[in-house]
Amino acid sequence: MNPYYLDFEQPIAELEAKIEELRLVGNDTDININDEINRLKSKSVSLTETIFSDLTPWDITRLARHPKRPYTLDYVDLIFDDFDELHGDRRFADDHAIVGGIARLEGEPVMIIGHQKGREVKEKVKRNFGMPRPEGYRKACRLMEMAERFNMPILTFIDTPGAYPGIGAEERGQSEAIAWNLALMSRLKVPVLSTVIGEGGSGGALAIGVCDRLYMLQYSIYSVISPEGCASILWKSAEYASQAAEAMGVAAERLKALGVADRVIGEPLGGAHRNPELMATHLKAALVEGLAELKGIPSDELVQRRYERLTAYDSGR
Amino acid sequence: MSSWLDKIMPSMIRSETHQRTTVPEGLWKKCPKCNAFLYRPELEKNQDVCPKCQHHLRISARRRLDIFLDPEERHEIGTELEPTDRLKFKDSKRYKDRLSQAQKASGEKDALVAMSGKVRGIPVVACAFEFNFMGGSMGAVVGEKFVQGVNIALERGIPLVCFSASGGARMQEAIISLMQMAKTSAALERMKQRGLPYISVMTDPVFGGVSASLAMLGDLNIAEPFALIGFAGPRVIEQTVRETLPKGFQRSEFLLEHGAIDMILHRGEMRRRIASLLAKMQNLPALEPAPEDEIVDVDEEEA
Repeated sequence: MNPYYLDFEQPIAELEAKIEELRLVGNDTDININDEINRLKSKSVSLTETIFSDLTPWDITRLARHPKRPYTLDYVDLIFDDFDELHGDRRFADDHAIVGGIARLEGEPVMIIGHQKGREVKEKVKRNFGMPRPEGYRKACRLMEMAERFNMPILTFIDTPGAYPGIGAEERGQSEAIAWNLALMSRLKVPVLSTVIGEGGSGGALAIGVCDRLYMLQYSIYSVISPEGCASILWKSAEYASQAAEAMGVAAERLKALGVADRVIGEPLGGAHRNPELMATHLKAALVEGLAELKGIPSDELVQRRYERLTAYDSGR
Repeated sequence: MSSWLDKIMPSMIRSETHQRTTVPEGLWKKCPKCNAFLYRPELEKNQDVCPKCQHHLRISARRRLDIFLDPEERHEIGTELEPTDRLKFKDSKRYKDRLSQAQKASGEKDALVAMSGKVRGIPVVACAFEFNFMGGSMGAVVGEKFVQGVNIALERGIPLVCFSASGGARMQEAIISLMQMAKTSAALERMKQRGLPYISVMTDPVFGGVSASLAMLGDLNIAEPFALIGFAGPRVIEQTVRETLPKGFQRSEFLLEHGAIDMILHRGEMRRRIASLLAKMQNLPALEPAPEDEIVDVDEEEA
């Protein structure tokens, strides 16, 4: 098994391996096998199209968590200019699971806040697997209030399994830190545009996700509890995670149908990690467009519309 | 003599010799903390606080509001709200079936009861979570009813008091239940902007999405003694950090120590103390002592 490919992608992996083999053979013989390589390549593309046209919510969950998937700082590099990272909550620490700072988007200053996962073991630990502690949320709070003072739109990028369930996190008020941001974000006078780029894990995601527009990448997920968590409570075993993912409807398209996500941004064939540059181009275009819409709205009206949006998450009458 | 003995015999021994139905259901209740067997009418007179160890037992939402509010001028809010299974959620059971089961068991339509009324003459909106309704979990009806309560408080310019008891967001309503965290928090922010007091009273237990939204946003955060309150459940934390949790972890006393709450109040003094706090917060004259103050027997050292 090629770990770069998920299990449902294995037929693609095998084909790609064959292509690679032919290429090596092609290099040290005179036989022209380019035709064969091209034939296999187009077969690989159509195979990928077929497989990706029929993904289950659980397949999408695993794509959303793919270790090669671009993270917040990758998009910061690819989309924004002149990024200055800002650190610390001024109270306790700097949480590396949330990054933030000021940058320019097509010349316009914006505040960026996002969860950050790590790719190598050391980096993963430093980023606490993208699970923020209260300091992370308080840093986000500080930056959002600053953005409001300097009239900068806020762009948040959501990618977390959830807020960290640890002893220190509880001692320092994890619940309060999240709740505080929910209340704060509901009244910010600047536009807030949030994009789920990977995993939207529960309150830990929402704490930087109360917004005027919610975007979701095609293979991102957003849910009240992880499929594994839901399965272990309701099915009494985490092995039912795929059923739980199905039942909760965690994937982007479903959330759009429910009116929670405003826009689903298409990913390159095979997922964002197959072509991060192309993904970033799509995302950038959507962000620029979204901000242009929001910036035209007077701030009082913006806050009122956001409030109506939040209170409309509906009761089943 | 034998009937007297019957009554004080622990129910597990009794049930071996008698049919369950021959004993009036729940005449005796075991204190979950000190294991003392408590005579129910006695316990009820003490507002379901164990007279032996002062442990605060869980009570229903309606009972909670009944103890808290003046008897006159109560009006229930959002009685028309009923949960629906918008996602057609099914695990080992259908959500629809879980709902009707919970409704039957609790006598409530969903997990929040809200009323406008008065506490010692001060107009308030008060709401309480029904823990017996799917663990007091917050879905769309809880969120909507809470916001209707806030709206009445905003219209009339009166304070809000919420008694929470909840395992968190309701998984069966998936993303819609997560959004209730944002919805209730946004509404509370309006209270704050208007300068109207919001008192959050946390009762055993408060976790997850309820803790990380409306429960922690009080101008005053109050807890009952020994209530379990936190973001993540103790078992999840233990599995994550692979350490033994400190003694008293996530109990009210622990939260007070760590600065998360303003005070711990004994159930018996909740009404008087909150009324007095609300009077101060709204610059109203001091409350007259009431006859009920005398009956409340609170051991100050315990509380």
